[in-house]
Amino acid sequence: MLVSGRSVLLTAALTLAAGSAAAQSQFEKYQKMVAEGSPVELFELVGEGLWKKPQGPKNASLEQCDLGLGAGVLQGAYARLPRYFRDVDRVMDLETRMLHCMMTLQGRSLEEATKRLFGNADKPSEMEYLSAYVAGQSRGHAMAPGQSHPREQAAYELGRKLYFYRTGLWDFSCASCHGEEGKRIRMSELPVLYKPEAARPLIATWPAYRVSNSTFKTMQWRINNCFRQMRTPEPVFGSEVVNAMNMFLTVTAQGEPYRGPGTKR
Amino acid sequence: MADPMKIRATLKGDLADVRVLMGHPMETGQRKDGAGKPIPLHFIQEVTVKLNGKTVIEGQISQAISRNPVFSFRVKGAKSGDKVEISWLDNKGDTNRTEAAIA
Ligand code: HEC
Repeated sequence: MLVSGRSVLLTAALTLAAGSAAAQSQFEKYQKMVAEGSPVELFELVGEGLWKKPQGPKNASLEQCDLGLGAGVLQGAYARLPRYFRDVDRVMDLETRMLHCMMTLQGRSLEEATKRLFGNADKPSEMEYLSAYVAGQSRGHAMAPGQSHPREQAAYELGRKLYFYRTGLWDFSCASCHGEEGKRIRMSELPVLYKPEAARPLIATWPAYRVSNSTFKTMQWRINNCFRQMRTPEPVFGSEVVNAMNMFLTVTAQGEPYRGPGTKR
Repeated sequence: MADPMKIRATLKGDLADVRVLMGHPMETGQRKDGAGKPIPLHFIQEVTVKLNGKTVIEGQISQAISRNPVFSFRVKGAKSGDKVEISWLDNKGDTNRTEAAIA
């Protein structure tokens, strides 16, 4: 579980990690061990089945979904998201685009397709399985989100603004936790995600399997959960806010070869 | 949906590196559900590995192993194209199996 109590957060969040260099290598050792036993391929396998399975009122699969490189092209597509899509005149990340394809290609309603976006260990969600499969098709491709269209640039600027924008009950911003080197909460390091050196290796491994609760997590979940930790309302799935935040983080991580789906604490 | 299994088997010299992923809840019997009722034990008891039809490993495992287990081991004297077949049996009597050729 993430931080669940106010007292835990207040005492732990602001503690500087002592002996940071030694602690660092222990974190890294742990990361490595965890990655060796990663079951992400199982999620990719199930996701592939769901991608190809005819569903919805139109009884169609998602195979013709255009993730930006043309209908049905999966190789390297995830590494180029988020990006601007002319057909909807907006920026979309992977999950937002897949939702769009479920509604257009499969004829599913927004309500039905978003009924259960985030699953649990006993029953992962369709979105989680699909994210695993599609992201896995970008291994080795450099992260290169869209940056040429004015809407892509606007999304980046909005995401950057949101990252530093203090709000909510506690007057926190993302930077309150992810703003200074060497901070951690319990056993979690708090990466300074507006800096490329920190963002690159981490963003290039989402979506990811979390060993602490045996679940597969998507990027939108990660962003939502951090808003929750800030005690702001969680953003609507696929909304402009989530896409802008994802754009900001991914542009900051650009150039890094995609190595996911990853394995996290 | 039946939990999937996946084998990856690659040859290094005359040693085959075999890695198998097994989707399974591996319930410890110690957890409780939302209503506070204990979730019954549910775990893989036996893992069997066959090489070209001949049993080479018979493993007894327990609920101490995590959800979605990953096992890896090396097989000596294996050749490219040899068939690795892995199956499990859990405490409810359910089984699953999959196979792959060593590449
Ligand atoms: C209250 C502190 C807090 C705030 C505020 C916060 N986060 Fe986090 N964030 C965390 C913690 C703790 C983790 C690590 C969790 C873990 O290791 O499991 C984390 C992890 C992350 C990660 C994943 C890093 C990785 O390991 O791959 C991303 C991305 C992220 N946060 C983005 C954000 C964004 C965007 C915001 C602002 C909307 C934000 N966070 C606000 C505490 C916070």
